[in-house]
Amino acid sequence: MADTVDVLIIGAGASGAAVAWSLAETKMRIVCLEQGGWTRPEEFPSTGRDWEARQNGDFATSPNVRARPADYPINDDNSPIKVVNFNGVGGSTVLYTGHFPRLHPSDFKVRTLDGVADDWPVDYETLAPFFAENDRMMGVSGLAGDPAYPPKQPQMKPLPLGRTGARWGQAMNSLGWHWWPSDTTLATEAYEGRAACINLGHCTPGCAQGAKGSVDITYWPAALRAGVDLRTGCRVREIVTNDAGMATGVIYYDAEGVERFQAAEVVVLACNGVGTPRLLLNSASARFPEGLANSSGLVGRNLMFHPYIQVFGYSDEAVDGNRGSPLCLWSKEFYETDPARDFVRGYMFQFNRGTGPVSEAVISTENGRLPFGKEHHTVFRRSLHRKMSLSVVVEDLPEAHNRVTLDPVLKDGHGIPAPKVDYTVGENSRRMIEHGVARAKRILAAAGCGDIGVQNPILYGGWHLLGTARMGTDPERSVVSEWGRCHDVKNLFIVDGSIFVTAGAVNPTSTIQALALYIADQMKQRLATLFD
Amino acid sequence: MTEQAVLSADERRGLAGFAGVMIPASAEYAVPGADDPAIVADMVSTLGRDAPWVRAALQRLDALAEGCFADLPEARREDVAHRLREEGGAALATLCRVVLQCYYRDDRVLLSLGIEPRPPFPKGHVLEQGDWSLLDPVRQRASMWRRVE
Ligand SMILES: Cc1cc2nc3c(=O)[nH]c(=O)nc-3n(C[C@H](O)[C@H](O)[C@H](O)COP(=O)(O)OP(=O)(O)OC[C@H]3O[C@@H](n4cnc5c(N)ncnc54)[C@H](O)[C@@H]3O)c2cc1C
Repeated sequence: MADTVDVLIIGAGASGAAVAWSLAETKMRIVCLEQGGWTRPEEFPSTGRDWEARQNGDFATSPNVRARPADYPINDDNSPIKVVNFNGVGGSTVLYTGHFPRLHPSDFKVRTLDGVADDWPVDYETLAPFFAENDRMMGVSGLAGDPAYPPKQPQMKPLPLGRTGARWGQAMNSLGWHWWPSDTTLATEAYEGRAACINLGHCTPGCAQGAKGSVDITYWPAALRAGVDLRTGCRVREIVTNDAGMATGVIYYDAEGVERFQAAEVVVLACNGVGTPRLLLNSASARFPEGLANSSGLVGRNLMFHPYIQVFGYSDEAVDGNRGSPLCLWSKEFYETDPARDFVRGYMFQFNRGTGPVSEAVISTENGRLPFGKEHHTVFRRSLHRKMSLSVVVEDLPEAHNRVTLDPVLKDGHGIPAPKVDYTVGENSRRMIEHGVARAKRILAAAGCGDIGVQNPILYGGWHLLGTARMGTDPERSVVSEWGRCHDVKNLFIVDGSIFVTAGAVNPTSTIQALALYIADQMKQRLATLFD
Repeated sequence: MTEQAVLSADERRGLAGFAGVMIPASAEYAVPGADDPAIVADMVSTLGRDAPWVRAALQRLDALAEGCFADLPEARREDVAHRLREEGGAALATLCRVVLQCYYRDDRVLLSLGIEPRPPFPKGHVLEQGDWSLLDPVRQRASMWRRVE
């Protein structure tokens, strides 16, 4: 398949889907290559009695544990936080929890406001129409009027508070701290062909009902109807460039394992904050010996994860447990910088409901709470559906030594070098964690919980993969321009989480997609001068 | 994969012995132990990718028992199982998870906990709305996002 397409998108996840849909109106010939396949609703774990067990098997969040043919291994031994993702149509949104906050206006101006890291070359106001467009496409439930944000209008009513949420609300009110129902992509009403959520309570390993807005059921059907050609089971090995330093296409392995070349006028990378630097580094050539688009040396550097610290306790009566969406509320009480604290920037609290019986038993056995022997039953009955937990979601600052490189030994099923992740939790983050954990314990106490425990950080909590090919106006200090084009290769664009300049302290997908739509819009506006 | 192919008869007895120490039957709650034959059969038939780790943990139990763990008298089995728990490690974590994920999906156990034995889909669950007036104090707060200009 060597005839030249206009646009070749690599990766069919959150950002790739949004770009494909947006560019489709140009009627250009658009192809998307995705290494995984489609997941059918009946395959999701919540359809079977082994629904909890499969979180450790074929629906594990870690690609190293899941180890499907579509997955590539990641050496994350030198990181206290392990990478989690999904490789298939929908990308990691197939397994995401659908928590959908936007970055705050201040997140785009951290150098100006706080003297750390760098400002973004775009701001909240510029992205606002794309946030709104993305919300419409993804279908967002929530409640207007949150004092922590500029005005915005979710499409659907918020998720129920339930017993757990009411307890959280009472606790936060008693402390006088901000809380608000989360924006989520879980449909609370029928929305664009999606049925309203019926509380399967098992959102993360994939929603069998289709209430969760993963991009395989939001953007992709619309993009396919508009003529985008999505080819599954196609793993890209490298991006090929010519003597003029322009991308000419990609070499990939098709579903039968046959090596192929696909020529393209424009290449768009949407492989996430680990997959994208991996592919750029694997595309080194005589002209680009340090990896493609890497004259700044920043490809793979400044990886940000958002360390997640879970603080949990047990209430004196049963609350919602697993009988509703795992996430329901957020608090931005400590989100913005306060000069009185010993750290800059801030964190979000993300409030959870609970877990099912197997997860409760496994986690409590691992942390030593649940004994062996006769006592097991009594302690388990005192625990089931009583757990309440919240996460301290920390803004980690970009640090050059936190990075993605190529592992010298590890390879995927096609023999392509696999990524290696080196990451440490920075000093500013540590101070923030201490502050957040102390306050999370006060919240749990105010919610009437005892037996308080802390998991710092959540081990398999590397779900936000950001910063490894950052945006900027200065080619020496960034990989892509303020509209997503690589400084070094004028027909190569990056639209995924790797272009984040800083991380903020919220789940990033809403902002990743708004940025992707913004970049697509810029491309459409500049079609005549795209390569100038 | 047949049950025999996954674990040998001795390994299977070791698995049952460990499971029985972890979660013994309880007359008080009217539940079987995790060494109940149907629950052990579920573990064995669904071991899959966990088999190497479980086998490693069972071998470690035999090593700590200085013989066959399954043949030890009950009190000694408890002692050895607790020693393995103190040692920790990935093999033990897998063994415990395998026991727990089969125990806590057994119909008898779930019913004793007041849980309907079924997958979440398609019935889902009923979640009460909760009292939204709790949000009134927050609604009254002044805008708190940081202005950039
Ligand atoms: C368990 C979990 C929970 C999460 N919860 C939330 C949440 O509640 N809220 C939130 O905002 N975010 C959440 N996230 C993160 C969210 O899923 C990501 O931020 C988002 O999907 C990233 O979008 P992306 O386009 O950058 O990459 P992805 O969505 O990861 O898509 C990348 C795609 O590229 C493909 N690809 C990679 N390399 C190649 C190659 N060489 N050839 C072909 N294809 C390739 C992959 O297969 C994949 O489909 C969660 C993630 C996980 C794993």
